[in-house]
This record gives sequence, C-alpha cells and structure tokens, in this order.
Amino acid sequence: MTDNLYQPTTLRIADSRDEAPDVRTFRLEFTDSGYRSEFFRRYRVGMFGLYGLPGAGESVFCVASPPTRTDHIECTFRKAGRVTSALQDREIGQTISFRGPYGNSFPVDSWKGRDLLFIAGGIALPPLRSVIWNILDRRADFGKVAIVYGARTVADLVYKQELAEWGGRIPTAYGGGTSSGYPSVGRLPTANGGGTSSGYPSVGRKDVDLTLTVDPGGETPDWKGKIAFVPTALKESAPSSENCTAVVCGPPIMIKLTMPVLRGLGFEPKDIYTTLENRMKCGVGKCGRCNAGGVYVCKDGPVFTLEQFQSLPQGDL
Amino acid sequence: MKLLDRSKSTDFAAALAAAGYRVAAPVSDGGLVRIKEWAPGAEIAASEMPLNSMKDFLFPRTEVIGRWTLEGDGFASQDVRPDAPKTAVLFAKPCDAAALAVLDAVFNWDCKDCFYNAKRDAAAVAVLACGSADEHCFCTSVGGSPGEAHGADLLFRPADGGLRMIVEPLTAKGKALADAAGSALSEGQAQADPIARPAERFDPGKASAWLASNFESPLWKELSLPCLGCGACAYACPACHCFDIQDEGSRSESVRCRNWDSCGFGLFTLHAGGHNPRADQSARWRQRMMHKFSYFPQRFGRLACTGCGRCARLCQAGMDIARACARISPRENA
Ligand SMILES: Cc1cc2nc3c(=O)[nH]c(=O)nc-3n(C[C@H](O)[C@H](O)[C@H](O)COP(=O)(O)OP(=O)(O)OC[C@H]3O[C@@H](n4cnc5c(N)ncnc54)[C@H](O)[C@@H]3O)c2cc1C
Ligand code: SF4
Ligand code: SF4
Ligand code: FES
Repeated sequence: MTDNLYQPTTLRIADSRDEAPDVRTFRLEFTDSGYRSEFFRRYRVGMFGLYGLPGAGESVFCVASPPTRTDHIECTFRKAGRVTSALQDREIGQTISFRGPYGNSFPVDSWKGRDLLFIAGGIALPPLRSVIWNILDRRADFGKVAIVYGARTVADLVYKQELAEWGGRIPTAYGGGTSSGYPSVGRLPTANGGGTSSGYPSVGRKDVDLTLTVDPGGETPDWKGKIAFVPTALKESAPSSENCTAVVCGPPIMIKLTMPVLRGLGFEPKDIYTTLENRMKCGVGKCGRCNAGGVYVCKDGPVFTLEQFQSLPQGDL
Repeated sequence: MKLLDRSKSTDFAAALAAAGYRVAAPVSDGGLVRIKEWAPGAEIAASEMPLNSMKDFLFPRTEVIGRWTLEGDGFASQDVRPDAPKTAVLFAKPCDAAALAVLDAVFNWDCKDCFYNAKRDAAAVAVLACGSADEHCFCTSVGGSPGEAHGADLLFRPADGGLRMIVEPLTAKGKALADAAGSALSEGQAQADPIARPAERFDPGKASAWLASNFESPLWKELSLPCLGCGACAYACPACHCFDIQDEGSRSESVRCRNWDSCGFGLFTLHAGGHNPRADQSARWRQRMMHKFSYFPQRFGRLACTGCGRCARLCQAGMDIARACARISPRENA
C-alpha cells in the first residue's frame, strides 16, 4: 500500500442504470481485494468517496449502497460538469478511480428501537438509500419506517424501481423503468446470510410508509402522489415525533425550509440529522475547501445533527 | 562562538551546495527580493523581507500527486513519490519559521500528507533574527518575536553592526549545516546587534473573541470593501495552505496536481448546482480572517498568522489584516 493519501484504487463498472435525466447509478466492483476489505472494514452509512477518472478529475458522491452488501458499492450521480460528464461516458466493463470511504456516518446503532423518518429531495436520495437499506436489512431492530421523497418532476425521481418496492401502493406506473435487467438491490441476498430473495417482495412491502411528492407543475396526468414541495408534503403527512429520529437530505434551500416543519412537529434538534454538501477537493482534511465555521465537513461531517448544524455559521452552508 | 561574515554569505551557500544541498535563500531578482533556489552568481540579500515565503519549498505552488498512463479505454497508475531533495533554507524570517507549526499541524492531523512531510523532513531551516522591521511587521502582536527561531534548525544573530552573524545551531539538522559550511564560518567573538521591536498592534485573544461572535457583523462589508479577490495575499502567506486538485494530461498520460488555492476566489466554494455559500467578497474575506484567528486556533490551538505583513505589503487594494484585527480588538490605552 502506498502512503500517498491521494492515491485512488481502481473500480470496474459492473452495471449501470439510468435513474432520471442526467442521473445514473453505477454498480462498482473492486479490482484490488486488499482495498476492498479495508473499505468494508471502515465503511459506515453516510460516508462518501472520491470517484474519478484520470485526466478528468475527481468528484464527491456518497456511497449509495449499504455495508450489508459487500460484493460491490454503488453511487448515483447527476451530470453536473467536467468530471461527472466524463464518468457518465464510462460504460459497463470499463474502470474508474476511487478513494474512500471518507467522513463520518449516521449513528444507526443508536437508533435501535426507534421509529425513523427519512426526508429527501431530488438527487439527495442516494445518501439516504444506503441508510434505508441498512435499516431494512435489519428491519426487526427498528420501529416504524417512513419516507417522504420529492423531486421537481416525476421524471426526476430516482430509484424508481426501489420506490415501487418500498411503496406498496406506487402512485404511477413507471413505464419501462424495470426492463433494463439491472437487479434491484433489494432483491439480492443479504450479506448476513439469513436473507434470500424471498425476503424481498418484489411488489410493495408493508413495513415502509412511503410518501412521494413532486413540485407543482412537475406532475404527469397519471400521477397519484402528492403535488407539493417537500416541506409542505411533510407537514401534510404530519408524522409523530414520539420516539422518532428524522434524517433530512436535500439541496440547502430544502433543508432550511424543512427544519422548521420538523421542529413544529415536535422533533428535537438532537433527533434530526442532515448531511452537508460543501464543495470538497481532498476529502481528508487538508485542502481547506470544505471548511465551514470551525469544522471540516469532510472530516467532522458530512453527517450533522440539527443541533450541530445550527451552531455553524449559516452563511457558510 | 561561530561567526559568519556577511560578505561570506555566498560562500556559505556555495559550501552547502557543494555538500549536496539544494540551497534556498533571499536573492535579488530584477529589483525584487525573493526566496529562490540559489545558484552561483546570485546575490544573497540576507536581511531583506522576500516577496514570497519559504513555504514554496515545503508546499510548492504546484505539485504532482498522481500519475497515470492512459491505454485504450483504461488507465494504469504510476508510482508517484514526493520530490524532496535535501534542502537548506538560508536566512529565513522568524515569522516564516513560526509558520511551520501551522503547516505541520494541517498536514499531520488525523492523517499524514507524505508530500509535505517528505519535504519538511529533508529541509533544514536557518533563520536570521531581524535587526529591523517595517510598518507592516506585526509578529509581536501574534505571539512571535523578531529574535526567536521557533521551528528553525539554526539561528543567525546579526552582530557587529551588521558586519557579521553569530551562528547558533539548534538541532542536529542545524549542526549539519554548520559542519558543511567549512571555511565560510570562523571562530571568534562578536557583539550581538539589537533586535527589532515592531509595535504591538492588537490583542489576538480579543480579536479571536470578537470573531467568535461576529460572523454576521455589518462591519465585514466595510472591512472587505477594497478586496479584489486576486489571491495574492494567500499565495504570499507562509501559513496559508488551501489547495485545489486538477488533472492535466495528454492522450497517453495524465498527471494529477495540487495547486495553491485561496478562499478569496469566488470559485472556491461554488457548488456544481450553482449555489455559492460565500457569494460575495466580504464573505470570502471574512473566511480569511475567521480561519486564521478563530477556526484554526479552535482546532489546533494556534493562530494561522505569524505577522509577517506580506499580505499587506503586496495588496494593491490596501487591505491590511493587522489593521482589521486592531479595529475589532482595540487595545485600551495602548
Ligand atoms: C459529501 C457530498 C456528497 C455528495 N454526494 C453526491 C451524490 O451522491 N450524487 C451527486 O450527484 N452529487 C453528490 N454530491 C455533489 C457532487 O460532488 C458535485 O455535483 C460534483 O462533484 C460536481 O460535478 P463535476 O465535478 O462534474 O463539476 P465540475 O466540472 O467540477 O464543476 C464544478 C463547479 O464549477 C463550476 N463551473 C464550471 N465551469 C464554470 C465556468 N466557466 N464559470 C463558472 N463556473 C464554472 C460549476 O458551476 C460547478 O459549480 C456530493 C457532494 C458532497 C460534498
Ligand atoms: S486582500 Fe488584497 S491581496 Fe488579498 S485577495 Fe484581496 S485584493 Fe488580493
Ligand atoms: S496573514 Fe498576512 S501577516 Fe499573517 S502570516 Fe499570512 S501573509 Fe503574513
Ligand atoms: S475537502 Fe479538503 S479539507 Fe475537506
């Protein structure tokens, strides 16, 4: 192993799926088994990695697959510029570079026995997806699981296949979305051996309460979900804050508007978690890019409680 | 005591070069003085304050941290090692040596940066105490002193009215420098000259305290108004350490470089989605002050400014970080 902090390993694209316009998921396999075991020794949900292509550069995405699936990792990302465009040009069988996992994680174990409420907007479902599958893979440890997920338009909703699985009563048919042959992660055997494919009903599970919403104007004629911004949809579904932990991921503006709604529902700042997406370069607390208030988001984050979030200077977020 | 005649400064550099050191020293360069790699013929300006700081030799403005050959649709990683020749930095300033503790902290907390550390380990730093200071020097306001050599391996004290220097090795690396100097050094007696005494301009504790509770102060607009966002202050600063990572390449090879960056640039925090937390220059200049006098001390227990004054000397817009600190932490009756 090299002592060069910035030296990435190589991952092979095992599968690829288009989620929404410009949004793609890669399933990635380690080509270096040493890096793979070191990765899974350290990986906890919420952590991120630097995915890159020599010649183009590196981009930060969360690891979107849970640590309970150890034969691969997945990332879901939107084409936003130079690096992400170069990555989306890569095809199944080709390689990309990767270093990680970096950052802190969601304290999932401390949530045992509690109800969980996940709230996500747009492309920010990937960091929650790893948590959600991590929870579903050990379903009995937790109470009720509710998900409120929204996007600008119906087309922008990501993980349509899994939404169908989580939702039970899926608001609209996603024509053709499941015909790619890409296996839904939910139908893979779990790593801990107990689960088989039969543990994952392919149509709707009863143990997840999913609310889908799209921004006004983003609906299709057959859309049966809500038509509202995420904070409004959350207010309308009015989940109980009793013995419940809330996790919110989304663009900065959505986070800012969702927090007061959660507080109004009675959630305490220590029971609300979010992730920050400050711009990063090194990922390892050296380059200074992600600095906000006294924290390095790449080291002290990206996961923060609302309590910690409020102590940061809001003008840096 | 060991002495170096000022007229023999170049002989000292030559002796070290002959002993295999890469020698860095303040040299006259087209009317300006810069710390540069010394080459025979270059004129050493030992007591001048160079435009740049010696961080250039530990954390260069651009540095290769990754290399790949590109073949077909794949890439193959090449071994990259730090470029860290044995180096002697001569006649560095006390405030430059003091900044080593800042760089050491950043590049070693939590995980170690091999590129910085290799250069740091290979460098011996010889500081010349300051006999004079200009109106921009303020090391005494930030816990430093023109006569001290914290972080250095060897101290030169000006003596006999500037004619010679008293040579005091402080570490094994410093002793090795003195040993390599050969006949450039002599034994004898000399009278040390008085040390400069720049005025204390503010109380850093008060500045930090003000910063901790004034992120939203309207004063930021006023304090930062002249700033053009050119980044010159950060590049010249011995303690600034932010960097960017960029790939450059051809069809057959690609290198990944880290390059100096600055929180003063608008692109520094711009998200791909268009959101920019530090949307205007006052937010960026506030970050410069906050990082040096509030955030860095909170995490690492020391200021990230050593009072060298380079930023104020260089700024074409008249920005002055010491004046800003004095403004937010007035000294009663001082
Ligand atoms: C912890 C964390 C987790 C994340 N997780 C995810 C994830 O799971 N999925 C995901 O999709 N994203 C995620 N992101 C965001 C993602 O890192 C960025 O969207 C991505 O790195 C940017 O893509 P790029 O490198 O291709 O853009 P770049 O090409 O590097 O563009 C970067 C910036 O440069 C600007 N720019 C480019 N050219 C110009 C110009 N000429 N003038 C002015 N500005 C210009 C762009 O506006 C943009 O802000 C995450 C970020 C963080 C910090
Ligand atoms: S303070 Fe001066 S030197 Fe620094 S970025 Fe602003 S204009 Fe440039
Ligand atoms: S902030 Fe200015 S005075 Fe302080 S160390 Fe940096 S360049 Fe010198
Ligand atoms: S991304 Fe470089 S310090 Fe956080």
